[in-house]
Amino acid sequence: MSIINNINKVFDHRIRLGIMSILMVNEYADFNTLKALLGATDGNLASHTKALEKSEYIKIEKQFIGKKPNTRYSTTKLGKAEFKKHINALEKLINKQ
Amino acid sequence: MRLRHLKKVFHLFAYKEDLYLLCNSKYFIMSNEDYLKDISEIKNLMNKSSRFISLSGLSGVLAGVYALIGAFLANNIINNIILQKQPLKRFFVAYDSVGSLLIIAFTVVLLSIITGVFLTVRKAKRSQEKIWDSSSKRLIINFLIPLLTGGILCIILLDKNYISLIAPVTLIFYGMACLNASKYTLGDIRYLGLTNIVLGLIATQFVGYGLYFWAFGFGVMHIIYGGIMHFKHDVK
Repeated sequence: MSIINNINKVFDHRIRLGIMSILMVNEYADFNTLKALLGATDGNLASHTKALEKSEYIKIEKQFIGKKPNTRYSTTKLGKAEFKKHINALEKLINKQ
Repeated sequence: MRLRHLKKVFHLFAYKEDLYLLCNSKYFIMSNEDYLKDISEIKNLMNKSSRFISLSGLSGVLAGVYALIGAFLANNIINNIILQKQPLKRFFVAYDSVGSLLIIAFTVVLLSIITGVFLTVRKAKRSQEKIWDSSSKRLIINFLIPLLTGGILCIILLDKNYISLIAPVTLIFYGMACLNASKYTLGDIRYLGLTNIVLGLIATQFVGYGLYFWAFGFGVMHIIYGGIMHFKHDVK
């Protein structure tokens, strides 16, 4: 049962896994980059980023580039640690079966 | 009345319990392949978002071939200068040859860039990747910083008459540019970079053989590493 405990429900979605994967290897990524890489719609991506922010796994920074608003995302320390745990649990599950 | 109400609550509760079990059981029902797919998608996204993976290996091979042809032509011109016995005539032939040597050098560089861009764009289109995004921009900026530093240093060396150091310096700085760029694209060019740095350092000890080191570093090494990249990443 301990393996199942490490599976994090917050990450249990393709888009959320994708967001975390991208942010793990990049300092930050903006909304449009995430959208293009994940092939998600605006609303879909926004709701998933909000969910991750609510759990304090990612940080949202809003700024202006010229006159255009720009939203960029980065992982928090907690998010990184939790994602690593989640991946390890996934790998263990695969190896166990 | 009260009993009915209680029953309703119980129903709701039971329903919730079922849902909860259903959610949890997903982990047991989900097969090995689903998890593997998750993991491979994670790896894919990590690579795609941080590295420009459409770099064509074939363009490296062709750049190497151009460099070898260029080195061969340049070698002929230089031999022609050395063959002149009269000092004055040798001076004039040498003076005339500077232009053609420069033309050869620029043609090799220009052809390599055109081929590289063309083949990379083609590869990106085939695998439906974007060509001009943050990963390719990052790659080019990080490649150009050491390369331009080396270029400026070469102009300074030329100005101060340290001509014998130019061939080694170009090799060393090109190597450092590859090393730096390797973090943002296919990792193979890291070893191309390291090889060129070592080659450049060795070349400092063999003044007058710059062209041969160039031919080896820019020609032969490009063909070898371009070939490795082509067969590793492009041929599927």
